[in-house]
Amino acid sequence: MFDSYVETTLRYYPERCINCRRCTQVCPHGVFSEGPERAVLRHPPDCMECGACALNCPVQAIEVQSGVGCAWAMISAALRGKDMDSGECGCGGDDGACCGGGEEEEPSSCCEGN
Amino acid sequence: MTDETAPGNTGCCGGGQNTANCGFDTQTGHREILSATSTLTFADRLDHFYARWGVDRMGHRVDPGLYRLGEPTPDSPVFVSANYTLSFDALRSALEGFDCYILVLDTKGINVWCAAGKGTFGTDELVKRIEYTGLTGIVRHRKLILPQLGAPGVSWPEVIRRSGFSVEYGPVRAEDLPEYLKTHTATPAMRRVRFPVRDRAVLIPVELVHVALPAIVVAIVLYFLAGPVSSLAAVTAVVAGTVLFPLLLPYIPTRDFSMKGFILGFVVSLPFAAWYAAGPGLPGWAGLLAAVTPLLLIPAVTAYLALNFTGSTPFTSRTGVKKEIFRYVKPMTGMAVAGVLFGILLGVSRLMGVI
Repeated sequence: MFDSYVETTLRYYPERCINCRRCTQVCPHGVFSEGPERAVLRHPPDCMECGACALNCPVQAIEVQSGVGCAWAMISAALRGKDMDSGECGCGGDDGACCGGGEEEEPSSCCEGN
Repeated sequence: MTDETAPGNTGCCGGGQNTANCGFDTQTGHREILSATSTLTFADRLDHFYARWGVDRMGHRVDPGLYRLGEPTPDSPVFVSANYTLSFDALRSALEGFDCYILVLDTKGINVWCAAGKGTFGTDELVKRIEYTGLTGIVRHRKLILPQLGAPGVSWPEVIRRSGFSVEYGPVRAEDLPEYLKTHTATPAMRRVRFPVRDRAVLIPVELVHVALPAIVVAIVLYFLAGPVSSLAAVTAVVAGTVLFPLLLPYIPTRDFSMKGFILGFVVSLPFAAWYAAGPGLPGWAGLLAAVTPLLLIPAVTAYLALNFTGSTPFTSRTGVKKEIFRYVKPMTGMAVAGVLFGILLGVSRLMGVI
């Protein structure tokens, strides 16, 4: 009830996994955990679709449609009659800083100057 | 290792003014190694303060390139960062007492995670920057330590293929580096992004600055049209959405931001509804209308601001946010329109002497 975050575009093909453990190193939400033979998909709803795991998987065992979960950008795109998924509208400024207020995008700690 | 300043360099990297075309095809081997310290000066802290308040948003930059921290040797580690002052300063201050190199990528003054999301902190820029700085001739090893949050932009198999450098992802937070470097393994906690109250509070200034102008205009207009209380109601709605919401985020029921915003907005609108309902001298229907108006308007505004806060959080997925937009934007709009119509109706009635 009132939870829009149950499903994501994350897909994991464990049969391809070579257990290099990169996904467990790059995921900021512990979606993957280490298993004896291959990575284990622990809690998919925690995925924020940042794309780090898929990009860093050397054997394409993970797929995810990465994108920034920024309502402001998507609403702006929709209002201008553009595709919400195009990523044409950045969050924040024209120069596409992203995080809400605009200093810089998704992930807030993102705005934390990591 | 000696510095060699390339002759004929137009100085775009030196001045820190215009790094837009820095290095790319316009430059031939800018090989100067820059120096950095671990000390944060008052000027640095002032810069951080301005960055937090969104002043000169894109101006908090350091020059891209290779920096020397302490007295590095050809065997010293190489850390990679963004050319955003907060990112670079967090790294260099965390590495106090370490001798190392810092390779600063040109992320257009955006922090690591956001830049990684956009791809400016990415494979291409990393490979190019290794080439420009002549890193292969400066260090003997072929290892780079990247911040974990750079991973959405960097493909390590591709980096090693194109540059010969292997990529190691360090912890999320620079402050954990000294601990991490003892073993080069991160605890699960070091790998996690959290969103504690401090991180949420730090976003408030920017959220506020973002909506300050329209909020002030609306408050002034309402003050003259409908009196001080309605003006206060407008300010309350905005403050609830930009200050209270980030602070109370984990404690408001339900997972959806919009729903949380509706709940918070409803709570803060109750005193206004009560005040208008108890308002003297209004006939029954007008009192009811006046009481319902803040119940419609305030939650709609707060929910919209709450939904917009998704872009500032480190955990909302695009799929989920899109679902929220489809689910809640219509009710928000409907409530706002109804609230405005009721307000106009009351105003007109008052002007015509009906109430």
